[in-house]
Formats: sequence, C-alpha cells, structure tokens
Amino acid sequence: MRQILPFAVLAAVAVAAFYIFPYNLAFLTRVTIMMIFVLSLDLVQGVAGIATLGHAAMYGTGAYAAGLFAIHVWHDPLAGLAVGAVAGAVIAFVSGLFLMRAHGLTLLMLTIAVAEVLQEVANKFSDITGGTDGLGGIRMGRLLGVWKFDFVGQTGYVYAVCVLFLVMVLLKVVIGSPFGLALRGIQDSQARMRAIGTPVARRLLASYVLGGAGGGVGGALAAQSTQLVSLGVYSFQLSAEAVIMLILGGTGRLWGALIGTAVFMTVHEVAASVDPFNWLFVIGALVLAVVYAVPQGLMGLPAEVKRWIGRLA
Amino acid sequence: MTTLASILMDGIAYGMILFMISVGLSVTMGLMRVVNLAHGGFAMLGGAFTHWAMAEAGLPFVPAAVVGLLAVMVLSVPMERVLYRPIYRMGELPQVLATIGITFIMIASVNLWLGSSLLSIRLPAAMSGAVDLGFRTLPTHRLYVLGAGVLVIVGLFVLIERTRFGIKLRAAVDHAGTAACLGIDTSRIFALTFALGAGLAALGGILGAELLPIDAYYPLRYMILFLTVVAVGGLGSITGSFVAALALGVLDTAARYLFPDVGTIFFYLAMIVMLGLRPQGLMGRA
Repeated sequence: MRQILPFAVLAAVAVAAFYIFPYNLAFLTRVTIMMIFVLSLDLVQGVAGIATLGHAAMYGTGAYAAGLFAIHVWHDPLAGLAVGAVAGAVIAFVSGLFLMRAHGLTLLMLTIAVAEVLQEVANKFSDITGGTDGLGGIRMGRLLGVWKFDFVGQTGYVYAVCVLFLVMVLLKVVIGSPFGLALRGIQDSQARMRAIGTPVARRLLASYVLGGAGGGVGGALAAQSTQLVSLGVYSFQLSAEAVIMLILGGTGRLWGALIGTAVFMTVHEVAASVDPFNWLFVIGALVLAVVYAVPQGLMGLPAEVKRWIGRLA
Repeated sequence: MTTLASILMDGIAYGMILFMISVGLSVTMGLMRVVNLAHGGFAMLGGAFTHWAMAEAGLPFVPAAVVGLLAVMVLSVPMERVLYRPIYRMGELPQVLATIGITFIMIASVNLWLGSSLLSIRLPAAMSGAVDLGFRTLPTHRLYVLGAGVLVIVGLFVLIERTRFGIKLRAAVDHAGTAACLGIDTSRIFALTFALGAGLAALGGILGAELLPIDAYYPLRYMILFLTVVAVGGLGSITGSFVAALALGVLDTAARYLFPDVGTIFFYLAMIVMLGLRPQGLMGRA
C-alpha cells in the first residue's frame, strides 16, 4: 500500500493537470520529459553517487537517434523511443569505460567534456544533423497505430506521462534489487563494497549505462514531441539544470527528482513570465534557500519542519 | 613564422589571463575542498566595478581598476563568512548547487545594476597601441598582460614559499584539522586566501576584458574554461595552474588560428587526454 499510494497520487496529479491546464499541455509535456531525464540522473548520481555535469550527452544522443530514425527509417513512436534508449545506453557505455575511473572534480570535468565534444561533432556533421539550424522534419506516426499526435498536444502529454510511469516503476524495481543496494553501498564506501566482493567498476558502469538509457528515452521523447532536435540538447545548461532540479528535490529517492523538477520548472516559468529581466534572482534565492535551510532537498522538508517545531516546543 | 609568433604571443597572453583568474580558484578549492562554480563571478564583478568607475564616476583606467579590485576583495570577505562557510562540510553536489545559486544571484545583480549589454573597459592610450620591436610589432596590451602574469606568479611564489602566511597556508592545505590543532587560525587563513583569490580573479577579469569580454553572463559562459584549468593543473597547485593555463591558452589559440572550423573540439579533446593520463592533474597529489 505504501508503495502504491504515491503512484496513485502521481496519476491523480497528472490527470488533474490535464484538465486544469488544457492550454499548457506543451509545458506540462516538457516538465514530464524533464522528470524522466532527472530520474535517470537520480539513478546515476543519487543512488550510485557518480557526480556528473554531462548527463545531456545521453539525452542529446537519444534525441538525435530518435529524430534520425523517424526521418530515415520508421516513424513509429515506440520504436523511436527504443532507438533513443539504446543510443543513450551505447554512448554511456563508451564514455563510461574511461569516465568511471575518475573521481571528484576530474570526473565532473570529463563528463562536461564528453557532452561538449558530442555537441561539436553534431555541429560539424551538419549535413546529417542540421547543425545550428536543428534537425527538422520529424513526422510521427500514430501511437500504437491508433492515436494521432494532435496539434494541442493531448496525445503527446498522455504518451509522456505513460512513459514516465513506466520509467518510475522500472527504477523502483532496480533500486530495490540487490543491484540497487550494491550501488547504494558503493556510494557509501567503495572500499567496503570491494572488500565484500562486489565488482565496483562493473556495477558503476552498469548503472551509468542504465541511466544513459533513461536519458536517451528523455531525449527521444523531446525529439518526438517537439519534432525538432537542436544543438541545445547537448548543452551544459541542460546538464546543470538537471543537477539543480535533482538536488533541489532530494537525491536518491526518485520522488525527489519529480518534486524538484516540478518546482524548478514551474518557478522558472512563472518568474520568467512575470519579470523577464530579474527572474534569475528568484531561481538563485530558491536554490540557496534549499541548500542552507533544507540540505536534504525538498523531500527532507517535512522532517526538517518537524525538527524546527520540536526546537520551539 | 609570423603566424607562429602571433599564436605564441596571443596564446601566452590568453594563458596569463586564464592563470590569474583560475589560480585563486585552484588554491581555494585545494584549501577548502569546495567546488566553487561562482569564482568567475569575481572576475565579472571586478570588470563591472571598473566599468562603472570609468563610465559613471569618470575615473581613468588605473584608479578604476584599483577600485574594482578592492571592491571585489572587500565584498568577498563577508561572502566567504556567510555563504561559503556553511557549505565546506557538505558534499560535492550541495556545493555545486550552492555555488550555482551564488552565480545566479551575481548575474542577476549585475544585470539589474548595469544591464545585460557589454560592459566595456577602455584601456588608456599607453596600453592600447602597438610596440615596435624593430623586427615586428606587438599589441602593447599583450605585453602588460604578460608582465602582470609574471608579477602575479612571482608574487605568489614569494608569498607562499617565503612568508609566515605562506607556511600557515601550506599547512592548512595539507590538513586543515592538524593545522588548527597546532594553533594556526585556519578560519582567518581561509578568509584571507579567499579574498586574495577573488582579488586575483578580478585582476584577471579587468586585464582580460579584451580577450574575454565582460557582461552579466560572463560567469556562466567561462565557468567551464576556468574549471578546466584547475582540473588539468591539479587542485591546489599554483605551478600546475600556471602550466595548465599557458598550455590550454596556447593550444586554444593555435586551434583557432590554424583550424578555425573545428571550433572548441580541440580544447575539450586535449582536456580529456590530459585528465585521462593524469586524473589528479599535472601537479596534483593523489
């Protein structure tokens, strides 16, 4: 029951959002896709403890793979999604082979460099990727052969929400599995896990590949729903914002990734439309308030409030 | 031949600017173990104060630069005490989050104060012309940058190797806890070092405005650049930062001159190769 209740709440919120904001479905879809991306980051960063500022490498590769697949091979959305996942996993595997040996600042810088190099490569091969103009002309077929992607974005939103549920359930299973527990152990102490016989490097690489597949799914969804892939899919800003959203919500617990993404993107959207010149103040203040007041992220807020009340009483 | 000479001259000047801005970051990161993404903000603030002092208060370049430098150093002390001290003990990721938040506030403040346009810093006539060396001419500005870079590294060397402050600083870098047990006031060392690092960043920002133009989004645009110098040089190493800054400066300039269409790919590939070979950086300790 405790496992199912949050999913029921999530479903209720998703349905309510659909009916309350029928004209903001494009934004809601963007939030949902970002949630998938941040969830995949949570597996890598929150559970396995791999510090990265280059998760966009997988997102971008998934986006380009899904876009090119739809244009040149087949316009079926689900097949495109699978292609995006595989592409994200492959790039994570290849880069992970040398990334997983580094730590700390070196690791952060290397992950940034991988995403930047990929962006530069995508820019160079502009006859394939469209370069700075972006990859346009992505046409989507009917979802499961039944539902057409409509102009308002209803199909796109429902599709993204369903994928989000699927990713969420899969990650719950992974985190609860012996593999997930081993990752947690590695985050706490690599030496101890090595001592009890866990192949640390292989587990880390596996989690990076799995997170890469999730990132690829996010990118593929973005390509399918906006029908455009721009060089921005590889941007440092995307990687950094995903990290901000994750830590904002709270790492390692999946629900934190969802809450952090929803709060960050909503505040960003509202602040930027109210005051397009000074919205960065609001984002900065939000981020600092979380770091100094609730270091565990928004997921830790109830416990923190309880502590404050306890101190007063 | 002339291309080679221009590459070297521009590359070394660029490297000196990178060194001045990054060395403070390297030392504070080595000392306090803080991943400080906001460091470029001090370079931007130095440039912004100098721009303001010249455009609004009508000061000539040198006094304006001194105003910019001092303003940043004075501002950095309370910032270290209030904003940075609580995050020393946190993990890497909360530090990343906190310092990105600080960067956002810096950008928003400068944006509100001076707008989002380019904040030009006009060099005095004595610094902006060209010098004729007989066999070829050089932009005077590059020579000043070169001189300033050499002065900074010599000054730092003397400060760290030859003064009591330097001894305490090195002890605190090695192990802050043990240094504190031996009666060294590490929190004062932290504050002074932080102010020094911020001041050097401001100096680099002001002198380098011609190569890395100052505007509100400066700290985000060049964040990766400065962090790369620190990572390649090795945390906490001044010599490492110097070598890494010069190498990356010359390499990046050479790539821009010789292969203008491959963009920044060389820079990042070089970083991947260097960090692949030496994960601790050139002069970092394991």
